[in-house]
Amino acid sequence: MSFLDLDELLIELAKKIQVVYSPIADVKTFPENVDVTLVEGAIGDEDQIELLKKAREKTKILISLGDCAVTGNVPALRNALEDSDRAVLQRAYVENVDVNPQIPNDVPKLLKKVRPLHEAVKIDYFIPGCPPPADIIGYVLTELLSGRTPNMEGRSKYG
Amino acid sequence: MSISTATLIIDGVEITVPEGTTILEAARDNGIIIPTLCYLEGLTSYGGCRLCLVEILGSPKLFPACATPVSTGMEVITNSERLKDYRKMAVQMLLAERTHICSVCVADGHCELQELANQLGVDHVMLERHWTAKEIDSTHDFLVIDRNRCILCTRCLRICDEIEGVHTLDLKLRGKDAEVIMDLDEHWGNSCSCTSCRKCAKVCPVGAIYIEGEPLSHTKRKDIAEFITERRERKRKQ
Repeated sequence: MSFLDLDELLIELAKKIQVVYSPIADVKTFPENVDVTLVEGAIGDEDQIELLKKAREKTKILISLGDCAVTGNVPALRNALEDSDRAVLQRAYVENVDVNPQIPNDVPKLLKKVRPLHEAVKIDYFIPGCPPPADIIGYVLTELLSGRTPNMEGRSKYG
Repeated sequence: MSISTATLIIDGVEITVPEGTTILEAARDNGIIIPTLCYLEGLTSYGGCRLCLVEILGSPKLFPACATPVSTGMEVITNSERLKDYRKMAVQMLLAERTHICSVCVADGHCELQELANQLGVDHVMLERHWTAKEIDSTHDFLVIDRNRCILCTRCLRICDEIEGVHTLDLKLRGKDAEVIMDLDEHWGNSCSCTSCRKCAKVCPVGAIYIEGEPLSHTKRKDIAEFITERRERKRKQ
């Protein structure tokens, strides 16, 4: 959503970039030779960690976008619970359900703890913030597009 | 009566201050900013957060500026790359130690730890984070303590003891398990010594102690200890 806050810069960007993969694009497999991937959200289940590793493999520059990706943020609140993976499923599918409560077995297996991205793969740039400020996203993308290295010093807003 | 002074060099600037002054005070009086977290003007120094560490020429050790008195001939460096790295690590360790989630914290945007992370360019925590589930005590009429956000700076204990003079707050256990307690580990609502003066909430650098229903922009008053000690001094001299 913060990405959409780039407003008119989006039109500029659209001329220069091609969106090859996104959760809302109709592409099933992660493409090869990607220049930049923005990843948002923490790693909470096994499918996500697999996709992240695939993205890392096929991307030159991987950017951790937003507090969930950078710190774990709200999804990681469950980490403080004992056996948090079981506890959240129990709460969502059993305790709060009136009709036929059961823990589903056809969803990706939750990890014991929700992790920020950099605990699983190497990250090239961090854009923290909840939400991450649009002007910093814009700055990083325009710098990368013009072949420069973004200087993040003094720009980040933690949390 | 003459006051004995010490002359030293901080970041290449020659400074003369009264003897007994700390490096931090000498630097601040001369416009040199050293980052701090546990230090609060008007309270005794604690030297716990390690953010004010400085280099003194001729010693391989680093010294906490808030607790090191000046001496003549000292040469102090306050902002080398090495110190910057140490400070960044100190902030990351504080963030990793307990459950610090800015987006759900009352102090978001008014937090000294968050502010320091921004100033020092800490955009992520390299260490594996601990996720604590310590008790949140909201038994007091309006004061709340969330120990998961506590960074153990002890500002609250010191202001309770030294300024309010009741010493309701103290620490139990040690290291990462240490916790701020009330009286002999009572719930805050059962504390018989607490005067509900709110000073602890006013000086908490993070969102660990806060006043229920009050915006933190209103609660936070870092200068409260300085203000009270100065007024006391003035009254004593009259």
